[in-house]
Amino acid sequence: MNEKSNPIKTIFELSSPGRTGFSLPKCDVPELSAQQMIPEKYLRQKAPALPEVSEIDAVRHYTNLSRLNHGVDGGFYPLGSCTMKYNPKVNEDAAAMPGFQNVHPLEPEALTQGCLELMVQTEKMLCEITGMARLTFQPAAGAHGELTGLMIIKAYHERRGDTKRTKILVPDSAHGTNPASAASAGFETVEIRSDKNGNIDLDDLAAHANEETAGLMLTNPNTLGLFDGNILKIAEIIHNAGGLLYYDGANLNAVIGVCRPGDMGFDVVHLNLHKTFSAPHGGGGPGSGPVGVKKELENFLPGPIVTSNNGRYKLEPGYDGSIGRVKAFYGNFGVIVRACAYLWSIGAEGLEEVSRTAVLNANYIRVKLQNAYSVAYDRPCMHEAVFSASAQKAGTGVTANDVAKRLIDFGFHPPTVYFPLIVKEAMMIEPTETESVETLDAFIDAMLQIAKEAEECPQTVKEAPHNAVASHFDEVGAARHPIVKWEP
Amino acid sequence: MPGYIPNTEAQQLKMLRDIGMSHFEQLFADIPESVRLKKRLNLPQALSEPELLAKMRALAAKNATVDDYACFLGAGAYDHIVPSAVRSLLSRQEFYTAYTPYQPEISQGTLTAIFEFQTMICELTGMDAANASMYDGATAIAEAAKIACAATGRAKIVVAGTVNPQDRAVVATYARFKKIAVEYVGFENGTVSMELLDKMADVNTAAVILQSPNFFGAVEDIAAAARIAHKNGAKLIVSCNPVSLALLESPGALGADIAVGEGQSLGSPLSFGGPYIGFFAVKKELMRRMPGRIVGKTTDKNGKTGYVLTLQAREQHIRREKASSNICSNEALNALAATITLSLLGKSGLREMALLCARKARYLHDKLIETGLFKPAFSAPFFNEFTLVYSGDAAALGENLQKHRILGGLDASAFYPELSGAVIIAVTEKRTRAEMDRFVEGAVELR
Repeated sequence: MNEKSNPIKTIFELSSPGRTGFSLPKCDVPELSAQQMIPEKYLRQKAPALPEVSEIDAVRHYTNLSRLNHGVDGGFYPLGSCTMKYNPKVNEDAAAMPGFQNVHPLEPEALTQGCLELMVQTEKMLCEITGMARLTFQPAAGAHGELTGLMIIKAYHERRGDTKRTKILVPDSAHGTNPASAASAGFETVEIRSDKNGNIDLDDLAAHANEETAGLMLTNPNTLGLFDGNILKIAEIIHNAGGLLYYDGANLNAVIGVCRPGDMGFDVVHLNLHKTFSAPHGGGGPGSGPVGVKKELENFLPGPIVTSNNGRYKLEPGYDGSIGRVKAFYGNFGVIVRACAYLWSIGAEGLEEVSRTAVLNANYIRVKLQNAYSVAYDRPCMHEAVFSASAQKAGTGVTANDVAKRLIDFGFHPPTVYFPLIVKEAMMIEPTETESVETLDAFIDAMLQIAKEAEECPQTVKEAPHNAVASHFDEVGAARHPIVKWEP
Repeated sequence: MPGYIPNTEAQQLKMLRDIGMSHFEQLFADIPESVRLKKRLNLPQALSEPELLAKMRALAAKNATVDDYACFLGAGAYDHIVPSAVRSLLSRQEFYTAYTPYQPEISQGTLTAIFEFQTMICELTGMDAANASMYDGATAIAEAAKIACAATGRAKIVVAGTVNPQDRAVVATYARFKKIAVEYVGFENGTVSMELLDKMADVNTAAVILQSPNFFGAVEDIAAAARIAHKNGAKLIVSCNPVSLALLESPGALGADIAVGEGQSLGSPLSFGGPYIGFFAVKKELMRRMPGRIVGKTTDKNGKTGYVLTLQAREQHIRREKASSNICSNEALNALAATITLSLLGKSGLREMALLCARKARYLHDKLIETGLFKPAFSAPFFNEFTLVYSGDAAALGENLQKHRILGGLDASAFYPELSGAVIIAVTEKRTRAEMDRFVEGAVELR
């Protein structure tokens, strides 16, 4: 049965009136009717039209849906800046332990000492890794962490009575969440140019760093996969102007165990536990974006704060300058367990191997593909390599998107395309450290083959994918006349 | 092999030579010496898999679980059944090790499931469009407030004092930084005072925000709040309980413009507070203002039906600082859990589950009052969570209940000091008559 050629059905189309897929316990108390319990005016007139399927129908449906997906466990997934590394299974077992999974967040503290201890231990490790003093686990994703970190920066300046600092500087290569987060925190964004080496243009930075600057958001290595060696100078410029330095930790995989944002001059950091720390991506979450701060900013952390005192763990309210809550409860605890398990599995020596191998693997790809595709910047990269399909586009009209779709035919998930914005026809490839040289070679061969096809038979590339469940979706139509729910 | 790295040192040395380098050090040549770590990070020694599991088990053993204790705690997180099929399907690697479905040709699994999720959320809430999820119920309310302000051009929101205090705290944080003024409406008999709301809402109000059932478990008069909001040109935002919506009228039918809420009750374990999932649904007019990802139906070049991320021009990767929100990763796997749970329970199952919750709640409610030790705090109707005033020492009651392996309700006076002795108790379909009788016994013992 070739599931790829079958039309994709939704669960609603598989429904049959009267079917159910779960057995609930019998009612062991008086069987009052809805009307006997709640006044009529509050009651539902029309039952929600939910599916009516048996368990086997539901299981088959979702099993077959899953087969239409590509996960890291199924094959290479070199999405730049997403760090699609292997998700260790032992971490799943740890997070699924009933002693973590079946704990209510509002239980008395005496009954949740293990959870609180895990958070404290993980905070210690992440502070050591980043060179920060304290860390909050509340943010549920990287972008959420960015927002939290920027709120901390704003609160810091407000506390100083400095209301002129309304601007956040971001490089033109920044991930879209950076300016979006800045706007959500009430800031204006100012874009700083990158120079011809892919680093932040120091003159442009100096020209814009002034008494209106609340801070600079930087990823290092940046979204071009390049380490900005001027980082100490950058920190100096921003700090001298009275601003703070924010580290977007999305690319930490390149330098973990090698250098720390705290030592580079960063004041606030967010981490992506679902990237660097091996927690799975879940098809778009759940993630976890903890935020670390230097001692001077501790006061502004969201509350509650987990504290430890002689082996006794407590949840204390935030300090008097706390920005307040950014999420209910304490953060995505299940994701934190996975990150903790990862760090306990590999230790400090393991982390050094991680960054070293991640950078080696990316450079291996860079060197092997640099003749077939233009490299965005002619220098060694860190954990990701950015190429451009401009030459292909100028030649036979084959674009980065076409290359990406053709890779699907070879069984690979495409890399990130059209980001960063400052590279035309960008293709951002992050292999991570968990890939074998055989996999890298197979990917390189496929990319070389596609480059050849782009020259010799461009239609093959332009009409790709040929072997997927569908091809060339009408995305324009989908946006013009959105259909966002099923109708009978 | 620490770090799950397949390549051996020999293979890595060969790769190094292939790229024209001779030492691993050269890979970090761009990093200034002055910021390089001079010594190894101070982290615990690496553990093998069995050692790791033993260490984790030891930590896990220090926590009381809802398997060992009958849980009557609610207040935003509920001990509902998670069907075994949910866990089983979520552990399929194609679902949990995949990422954002940017390449629709190889993500139809995730995209189809999200489309189903959006549909089910619309059905439950009575709305026209829903997104692919938010971080949790609290941040969903906060983002809804921002949308209402953007849509009305106003900068003030009126929030019911009966909204979960944690949610109100998150809304307050988000509002502070967007310079949105927040006013709170007091309650009477456990529900929002419509008289006070009517006085407070005016032409500067962007949104009225309600939770129903509210923090005390009481059902709010959404229709009345909608009239007040709309006559002032404001939006009505309702935070609702998805299980209750099998019995209670949908916010959409009662006049809400935006329906949000916490979806943890639908297939996500308690997990000490996360990961959970916020849902976000709107009337047609607000669809293009929704934050987060939205999946839309379309056809491919051969006319085959499929699903894609749509209306992406709202999102951060395109609009950047003008995006309706900065949200990128959301809670996709939890959305899948909710979708599968709702599929298994189905039309009749969800209703049956809701009825069980409501009936059992009334059983415990009445039995506790019968003891003479508890009085209803309010006379407002409730779904499966209710507030009673206890005549004795709340801390002593909690401790005694623990001896009976019961997690008693939440002390409301921690959040509402004027409600001394008030305890908020939640009852789900998992609570048995025997457990509830044990609760009553535990209270009677202290008489």
